[in-house]
Amino acid sequence: MMNIGVLALQGAVREHVRALEAPDVQVTVVKKVEQLNELDGLVFPGGESTTMRRLINLYGFYEPLKQFAAEGKPVFGTCAGAILMAKEIAGQAEPHLSVMDMTVERNAFGRQRESFEAYLPMKNVGEDIEAVFIRAPIIRSVGENVTVLAEYDGSIVAAQQGPFVACSFHPELTDDDRFHQYFVEVVRQSLKEPVAQ
Amino acid sequence: MEKRTGTDRVKRGMAEMQKGGVIMDVINAEQAKIAEEAGAVAVMALERVPSDIRAAGGVARMADPTIVEEVRDAVSIPVMAKARIGHIVEARLLEALGVDYIDESEVLTPADEVFHLNKSEYTVPFVCGAKDLGEATRRIGEGASMLRTKGEPGTGNIVEAVRHQRLIQAQVRKVLSMSDDELMTEAKNLGAPFHVLQDIRETGRLPVVNFAAGGIATPADAALMMHLGSDGVFVGSGIFKSDNPAKFGRAIVEATTHYDDFKLIAELSKDLGTAMKGIEISTLEPKDRMQDRGW
Repeated sequence: MMNIGVLALQGAVREHVRALEAPDVQVTVVKKVEQLNELDGLVFPGGESTTMRRLINLYGFYEPLKQFAAEGKPVFGTCAGAILMAKEIAGQAEPHLSVMDMTVERNAFGRQRESFEAYLPMKNVGEDIEAVFIRAPIIRSVGENVTVLAEYDGSIVAAQQGPFVACSFHPELTDDDRFHQYFVEVVRQSLKEPVAQ
Repeated sequence: MEKRTGTDRVKRGMAEMQKGGVIMDVINAEQAKIAEEAGAVAVMALERVPSDIRAAGGVARMADPTIVEEVRDAVSIPVMAKARIGHIVEARLLEALGVDYIDESEVLTPADEVFHLNKSEYTVPFVCGAKDLGEATRRIGEGASMLRTKGEPGTGNIVEAVRHQRLIQAQVRKVLSMSDDELMTEAKNLGAPFHVLQDIRETGRLPVVNFAAGGIATPADAALMMHLGSDGVFVGSGIFKSDNPAKFGRAIVEATTHYDDFKLIAELSKDLGTAMKGIEISTLEPKDRMQDRGW
């Protein structure tokens, strides 16, 4: 049985818990640092990245989360979660957790009225993946060890670097669980042979 | 790759991302920055906070667009703004200004005493207040993508928000336990759109996020509303009417996140200075009860 956590400081937690469901997966709602020790993988949900970062600092999650990623344990970030993972944030002096070699730009598609949904083909995941973009970031560039999983209109919207997966949309808001199950598979594989960074 | 804007998923999803968070009323860029720094998930741009609207009397309208723009440009978190109930043009104007959510709000003087906005027509999502499940589902039927309790705004008195949240939760539970042949009668009794009740019964919950609002004055109030099943809280007059808004705002945010950690809430409730004064509900004249605006 794998144990995958969803960081529950703020944001859409319940939706991720549902989307991760699989016979061999136990999902943990993570509110305290100690819970990280029991996890095989972790999801950073959508929400407000500035708010989440404040709460990460406040509750001493900052170093433990960096450590979790440094051990090569799988992490999946959607929207605000991807912003938390990026090594660089356009127009911002400091990144947050800096676990994945990519530059993101916040609210890059515009404000809420420009938010949209679309179907995307995703490398390794499938065709016509339902993607809901809400005040979404864009992945402006990625490092050489990063695989682009999906693009929308010429912009990168999903990527993977070994055990780390990030996307600028919200697969958790749809009934299409293929991307989550792809991450579950990443966790499953990591338990067989720990992925080197 | 066809792109669809303003769908239910996009509009409701935006509110889903705010869950577990605090939305704070602000009247200028400086307050907006303090709110963002304190950990607010969004700010509500207003000309006056509800307690000042109460004190000033007269007609309360949408904020001056200058204030909305000033707040919008000061922060990176979402910006909401209030339009009068039924005021189509105020709502369209706020949509044009690029606000991220519109509150069709009883805090302002209603522009229409009969018809609420047909919110499905807009690309921008709406939040609306409700006192019970009938009102909540009527707003959803009109296209609201988020709900909040009405409470009694600007009083610093939590009792009405508690009443509304308890009632809505109890009525949802009742719907969940009903058989098919009972549901239509319940729809009639509540004045609720039948299809929204069906939706609730199928999914086991309200189809949109439901926040608490109206009278939250302390961190303990915020935590109480989370205990009662709110998805998050709106704090209006409470923060910037307190002695130390930055500290007060942080305390409310933390109490909302960790609403079941009582030791923590006790700690962060210390030395916050005086909370807003507050009004006993029974002393309000019927005409001053904002919750009775709209239907």
